[in-house]
Amino acid sequence: MLSQLGDEAKLLAGGQSLIPLMKLRFASPKHLVDLNFISGTSYIKEEDGALRFGALTRHAEVESSAGAAKVPILHDCAAGIADAQVRNRGTIGGSLAEADPSGDWATVLMTLETEVRCLSTKGERIVPLPEFIKDAYTTALSPDEVLGEVIVKVPRKASGGAYLAFKRSAPVYPTASAAVQLTMEGDVCKEAVIALGCVGLTPIRPKEAEFALRGKQLTDTAISAAVESARGAADPQSDMRGSADYKRTLVGALVKRAIEIAVQRAAGKQVEVSHIYA
Amino acid sequence: MPETIENVAIKVSVNGKPRSLNVEPRMLLVEFLREQLDLTGTHVGCDTTYCGACTVLMNGAAVKSCTMFAVQADGAEITTVEGLESAGQLHPIQKAFGDAYGLQCGYCTPGLMLSASQLLSGNKQPSEKDIRKAIAGNTCRCTGYQNIFKAIELAAQNMKEG
Repeated sequence: MLSQLGDEAKLLAGGQSLIPLMKLRFASPKHLVDLNFISGTSYIKEEDGALRFGALTRHAEVESSAGAAKVPILHDCAAGIADAQVRNRGTIGGSLAEADPSGDWATVLMTLETEVRCLSTKGERIVPLPEFIKDAYTTALSPDEVLGEVIVKVPRKASGGAYLAFKRSAPVYPTASAAVQLTMEGDVCKEAVIALGCVGLTPIRPKEAEFALRGKQLTDTAISAAVESARGAADPQSDMRGSADYKRTLVGALVKRAIEIAVQRAAGKQVEVSHIYA
Repeated sequence: MPETIENVAIKVSVNGKPRSLNVEPRMLLVEFLREQLDLTGTHVGCDTTYCGACTVLMNGAAVKSCTMFAVQADGAEITTVEGLESAGQLHPIQKAFGDAYGLQCGYCTPGLMLSASQLLSGNKQPSEKDIRKAIAGNTCRCTGYQNIFKAIELAAQNMKEG
C-alpha cells in the first residue's frame, strides 16, 4: 500500500504529534494509514536479555510495565512524556519514527543498545538507533517501510541510568533534556553514555563528556569536567522555549543531576525521577 | 481537498448507548460528539493537544478527543461528562467539584472530571502528587487548582466510603 501511495501517505500511530501538525497545516497528507487497528503491534516482551516493544506500545503501557521498570531510565521517560491523556495514546514507535528533535524516546534510547526493526513487503531489516535517526524529522525508513519493533538490550546489573527533562508545563515538549547511563565498578565509572535532547537537530552524544567520566572515580572535579564538555557539545537554537545560552546552562545542570542519580541507581538504590516542570 | 471522500460507518458506544453513524474520515472525535451527537459537555479549548478541555474516556483511558479521529473510536466505549451521572444522580466526582468549589467558569471542568475519573478508577487513595500528575494535562485558568485538588481528594474519600 505504501509503495503505491508513495510520499503522499502518512502513517498514523498515536497521532499526538501528527494530528496537531495537520490541524496547523504543517502537514497535509493526502492519505492517512491508521495503524491502530492492526492487532499484535502493542506489547512488551523480555527475551534473551532484551526488551522488545511493539511499535504501537503506548507510553502509558511502558510506564506501568514491570519489565520496563527494571531499566529505570525507560520508566523516567515513559512516565514523564507530556500528560496522562497523551501517554494513553502516544506510542514509542511513533515517537522514534517522527524523530522530532525535542522528542523524549530517541534521546533516552540513544544511551542504551537499541535497535529498530523496519518492515516492508520486501522483508525486514534491523537498524541500530544511531543510524536510524538521520536528522531532524528524518529517519532511515524508506517510504515503503514501517517501524515494527524497538529492541532494547537490558543493561548489566552494575549499570544505572537517569533521564531528566525540563519543561515549561506538562503537555509541552521539554526545553532541554539529558539521559545518562553509567556502568560502575566500585566507585570507578567503567562505561558512560550521555545523550542530550532538544539542543540539536538530533540527540547529541557529547563524546568528550563521556570520556571525562570513563575509567575515573566520579569526584566533583570529574563530574564538573563532564558537565562543561556537555555544555560545549550542545548546539541549541534560541526560540520561544528559551535562549541558546539558557538552554546550554540548563542542559549542563540536567547532566550533572542525571549523573548523580545514575550513580545511585548503579549502586542499587531506588531513586524516583520525573520530568521537571512548574 | 477537491475530490469527494466517502463517509465511513462507525459503531461506538457513547455513555453506554450504542451509536451507528456515518462520519467523514477526518472528522475529529470531539466534533463527532458535539456536532453529531449534540453532547456539548465536551469542550474545545486550545484545539492543539494542550489544554485537556476535550478529555473523554475511551475504554476507560483519558484521551484528548480533539487529537483523535472519530473513525478511530470505531468499536470503542466512550464516556463523556454527560455519562458520569446515573439515574439523575450526580457522580461523586461531580458532587465533590461542587462541594469543594472546584470550579469557577466551568469550561475546563468536564475534562478535569474525566481525568479524575481515570485516576480514581485505578487508585482509591491518591496522594496529592498522584492527583497533580493525573491532571497535569488539564489547564484551568480560573481556580489556581487548589480547590480542584481538594475536590478530587473529597471525591476519593466519598467513593471509598461509598
